[in-house]
Amino acid sequence: MTTELAPAPGPERPAGAMPPGRFPGRLAYRLAVPPVSGVLSPRLLGVCAVLAAGTFAVFWVGISVGDISLPLPDVLRALAGAGDPGTRLIVHELRLPRAVAGLLVGIAFGVSGALLQTMTLNPLASPDMMGITQGAGTAVVASIVLGWDFGPGTQFMGLLGALTAAVLVYVLAWKRGTTGYRIVLVGVGVAWICTSATDYLMAHGRQFEAQAALGWLVGNLNGRTWQQIGPLALTLAVLLPAALLLGRQMRTLQLGDDVARGLGTRVQTVRIAVLVCAVGLVAFGTATAGPVAFVALAAPQIAQRLAGTAFPPPVASGLAGAFVVLVSDLAARKLTPGTELPVGIVTGALGAPVLLWLLVRANRAGSGG
Amino acid sequence: MSSTYEDRPQGAEPRTPSRERQAYGHRVRPREGAPELGARGLRLAYDDRIVVEDLDVAVPPGRVTAIVGANACGKSTLLRALARLLKPRAGAVHLDGRSVHSIPTRELAQCLGILPQSPVAPEGLTVVDLVGRGRSPHQTWWRQWSSGDEQAVDDALRATSMTDLAHRAVDELSGGQRQRAWIAMAVAQGTPVLLLDEPTTYLDLAHQIDVLDLVTDLNRHQGRTVVMVLHDLNHACRYADHIIAMKAGRIVGEGPPAEVVTAAMVEEVFGLRCVVGDDPVSGTPMVIPVGRHHSSQPGSVEAPVRDAVG
Repeated sequence: MTTELAPAPGPERPAGAMPPGRFPGRLAYRLAVPPVSGVLSPRLLGVCAVLAAGTFAVFWVGISVGDISLPLPDVLRALAGAGDPGTRLIVHELRLPRAVAGLLVGIAFGVSGALLQTMTLNPLASPDMMGITQGAGTAVVASIVLGWDFGPGTQFMGLLGALTAAVLVYVLAWKRGTTGYRIVLVGVGVAWICTSATDYLMAHGRQFEAQAALGWLVGNLNGRTWQQIGPLALTLAVLLPAALLLGRQMRTLQLGDDVARGLGTRVQTVRIAVLVCAVGLVAFGTATAGPVAFVALAAPQIAQRLAGTAFPPPVASGLAGAFVVLVSDLAARKLTPGTELPVGIVTGALGAPVLLWLLVRANRAGSGG
Repeated sequence: MSSTYEDRPQGAEPRTPSRERQAYGHRVRPREGAPELGARGLRLAYDDRIVVEDLDVAVPPGRVTAIVGANACGKSTLLRALARLLKPRAGAVHLDGRSVHSIPTRELAQCLGILPQSPVAPEGLTVVDLVGRGRSPHQTWWRQWSSGDEQAVDDALRATSMTDLAHRAVDELSGGQRQRAWIAMAVAQGTPVLLLDEPTTYLDLAHQIDVLDLVTDLNRHQGRTVVMVLHDLNHACRYADHIIAMKAGRIVGEGPPAEVVTAAMVEEVFGLRCVVGDDPVSGTPMVIPVGRHHSSQPGSVEAPVRDAVG
């Protein structure tokens, strides 16, 4: 090894003699004016394309399934604003809100999980493991049981609960910067406090209210309306671009705080920005559909393994999240026709094995975080 | 400040340390154009524990400096402060006359690189991706892989003999290869000043020498100023132009190895009796510990003895 050290590149370096495709597997794009450049991974692009196609297929089939089965071509026509008025009414007013809610909630949870997992370098760091979802749950159940307003009130309470839990976790985990492990451990503690509080509220609520709260707590896409989707769509419009812009800094953060700072990253600023994005996404997602279990945990891991990257890729994670939620919702409706099984039960059943697999794997590799 | 080493003329004059020392006495000759890094009146602390108090230091520009000392003497703390990873409680670190804490973090990252002790790469990260992240102080969100970036990464891989391993995952490499990958990242950052915290830790002897030779290459061929924390005094003597010996948060000796590293200094800094001879290969001081058990008779040591205690 000692003898193979190359001669210093400095003086002998052939100036500008860079053959194209020096690093295979990296698709570099470069424009002279404006000076835009970057690297694309063909595999990641492929994964995104497949996930997008799959998501659209499930979205499409999901709309066609229901009390009245609609032929797939009719659904497409109705989506495009054509076809007969009856089909259009069913698609636009009844089926589409549910499908769009599933799509957006999946994207929000997937991206949120990707952000938190990248930031903490810990595959277990997802909003459901860190008390954020539970915080939203406690606040919403409190609002239902204590008889506060529904509709926008539920959304507001969900947001408030998620933010409170996130701030609590961050403040408690704060010790000379916040390390990945610490934030998850504190999060688990906060999650249990919130779960206890929720159980207490449920036990003290009247039966009808407790039933309503339970329906919300398992994660549910039944009977969504356009009004409930609006705030989430707006949140995504703002926070998705922000999350993508943070990607570069987050990837230096993955190398450790010291290295990141040495590379000129404002570590605490980026961390807080990531946290705000992740919490905002999950809070509005939870407010729309309830805490749909395991999506934020599993979707980024699925995307990362498919793409073979060293971090959960945000776009693919969002698509994977949407795919998982829509497939689960379709499965829930197909498995128990007539009764509307909440989507969270299916994602939970699918997600638990993923979680177990991750835990076993982390143990074997000797790196829980 | 805005210029990275790539823009500056490549000064690659070979030099022999001993001749230079004769010509310049005890002072290490600074190299022209290299940024000046130093600190005045530093007080460094973790929480309530003060580690370094009222410390002045100047790093010879364009040279290799080694900080040595016993465990917990504050040498890594000092390096972290020089790299602005630790904010001083009092005093300031200066780069070309400006306080590093007043320089925008991105601008500073184009001038000063830091490789902390035993960094960890995320699972599955390839070498070329790791090295590419070293370019982030030169990138923006729309310009993430310019031809300059590609050239710098290519050069860094070549300088560290990592080109063939570019597409391997960092966590699958051997310890020595992994350390070279990280150094490649720091090299790709293209900073005229490079700070390394114990770059040879956990490496076997051959890989230690490999890494230190690489540091010498970076200094001689690319004119980079290097400051590193080293445990091995003999390595420090051979590879550094300038040694800073620390004890209990103070600098107790500073200068070229031949003047700083004496048996008296080693005894003071490490509490270790030793004999200091000449390294038969490089002619630099060589520290041979005495210990309690294995010395024949003190004074009858065969090596050309500079001075011995005891």
